[in-house]
Amino acid sequence: MRKFRDVVGLFPFFAYTAVFFGAPTVMVIVKAFQDQNGHWTLANVVESVQDVYFDSFVESLKLAFASAASGTIIGFAGAYALLATGNAWLRKITQTAAGVFANTGGIPLAFMFIAALGTYGLVTQMLLKLGIDIYAGSWTLFGFSGLLIVYLYFQIPLMIIVILPALEAQRKEWREAATNLGATTRQYWLHVGGPILFAPVAGAFLLLFANAFAAYATARALTSGTIPLVPLQIGSLLSGNVIADRANLGFALGFGMIVIVAIAMYVYNATQKRAAKWLQ
Amino acid sequence: MAAVVKQRRKYHITAWVIVFLVFLYFILPIAGAAQFSLRERDDTYGLDAYRMIFQTPELAEVLKLTLRLTLISVALSMAIMVPTVTLVHLSAKKYRRLVEFVSIQPLVIPPVVLVLGVVNVMPTNWMGSPDLLAFEYAVLAMPFTFRALDAGLTNLDIKTIVDAARGLGASWFTVLLRIVAPNLKSGIFGAAFLTIALVLGEFTMASLMLWNTFPTWIATVGQSDASLSVALSVASLAFAWVLLVLLSFADRRRKA
Repeated sequence: MRKFRDVVGLFPFFAYTAVFFGAPTVMVIVKAFQDQNGHWTLANVVESVQDVYFDSFVESLKLAFASAASGTIIGFAGAYALLATGNAWLRKITQTAAGVFANTGGIPLAFMFIAALGTYGLVTQMLLKLGIDIYAGSWTLFGFSGLLIVYLYFQIPLMIIVILPALEAQRKEWREAATNLGATTRQYWLHVGGPILFAPVAGAFLLLFANAFAAYATARALTSGTIPLVPLQIGSLLSGNVIADRANLGFALGFGMIVIVAIAMYVYNATQKRAAKWLQ
Repeated sequence: MAAVVKQRRKYHITAWVIVFLVFLYFILPIAGAAQFSLRERDDTYGLDAYRMIFQTPELAEVLKLTLRLTLISVALSMAIMVPTVTLVHLSAKKYRRLVEFVSIQPLVIPPVVLVLGVVNVMPTNWMGSPDLLAFEYAVLAMPFTFRALDAGLTNLDIKTIVDAARGLGASWFTVLLRIVAPNLKSGIFGAAFLTIALVLGEFTMASLMLWNTFPTWIATVGQSDASLSVALSVASLAFAWVLLVLLSFADRRRKA
């Protein structure tokens, strides 16, 4: 009786996710391996890793890697410095602000940066007064490094959210025990602090990586297609900006994205299991 | 001893410098956007761009659609997730891992990939209504909704209070509405706020399914009127930030 009630009670959830999430996802995966007429083929998948599409996977991976790496480093330094100031009020504010900024993205974020770092932006003009013309060379906000700077606006806060608890869990006793046994600061970090923090930092890096890899809106608003990124390619295939016989290519690109994010999340789960052992 | 103190102070200053630099990175774009949207012709400042927002004819329609999607998304995700998460805490404990696993899967499938499947799998008459978008937003919100409700229920001795209510003759519907919901208030609010913030900022699916929501509208405006689009961006960010700050306060009260 009870078992029956559980199954009935959980049915709406599973039915809903099957229709609105499962079906579309399965559709993408199946169609990635079919041609226009529904015959099985590997042609889409093969094409999706060639020429311009290969370039977009490379570019997307580069952007995701670069923004995850710099986000991890800057976020870690920021969180560590924050705790080092020992200011409890500042810590609370940061916690709230990080939650807010990590959820900031898309079109408004892009326009905000155009207003700040565009040709007539506030920061651009301020730097000009200091004698630095960021537009003197070939740099633009709408290129790879520009996108990187914008992505950090949600990557750094995400890193801070994830790493603050792990940094705070660094027990004072561990440090004291190491010092009492004669360890130097360098030795502590090399043999105790570093290995313990490795799992949470690696996990955070993977989260940031998946986050940047999947981002569409910000890139779309800033680059208008000048940088080939996989999400932008899928978007333009979907909007019908390409030759009709390539319709199923979009599914193959989508399948490629799912595979990459799934790998990142799988490794993330593995690192979290290791971290959980230490940080109880 | 003095050397140690001196070294500590140096270390302390470095920490503040790093915090300040990170702070600058976050505040400057906000300042830039605020200045840009307030600047008028002849280098004067004023609220013209913001006044323009209310004179734009599309505004009412865009807001109406966005509001509608927000309401449907929140209602849908609560109607599905509250009973489900309650049940896995109450009697269907062995399904908790499975429900959690399914709930966080939307983090693995990028929205741009999900929308690709949606436009190809959904019946044409569903595609004709913007409400389909809200049904997908409820999916995108699931990872956050699950976590917020799951955390709320973990702190609650749900079995005892539900058994008490049932013992006194309450129906399951009454239990959900009058026992679970009030006790889970902060979890429900948290989940609802995150869903609202998500809907108000979602661009990918809305634009690729060709619906004119607030974010897609800002993008369209940006092609013709820069200061209006920046003003709209500032307004929408400010709104989302207020929501999220309120959420964090509610969160803190729950933990306290």
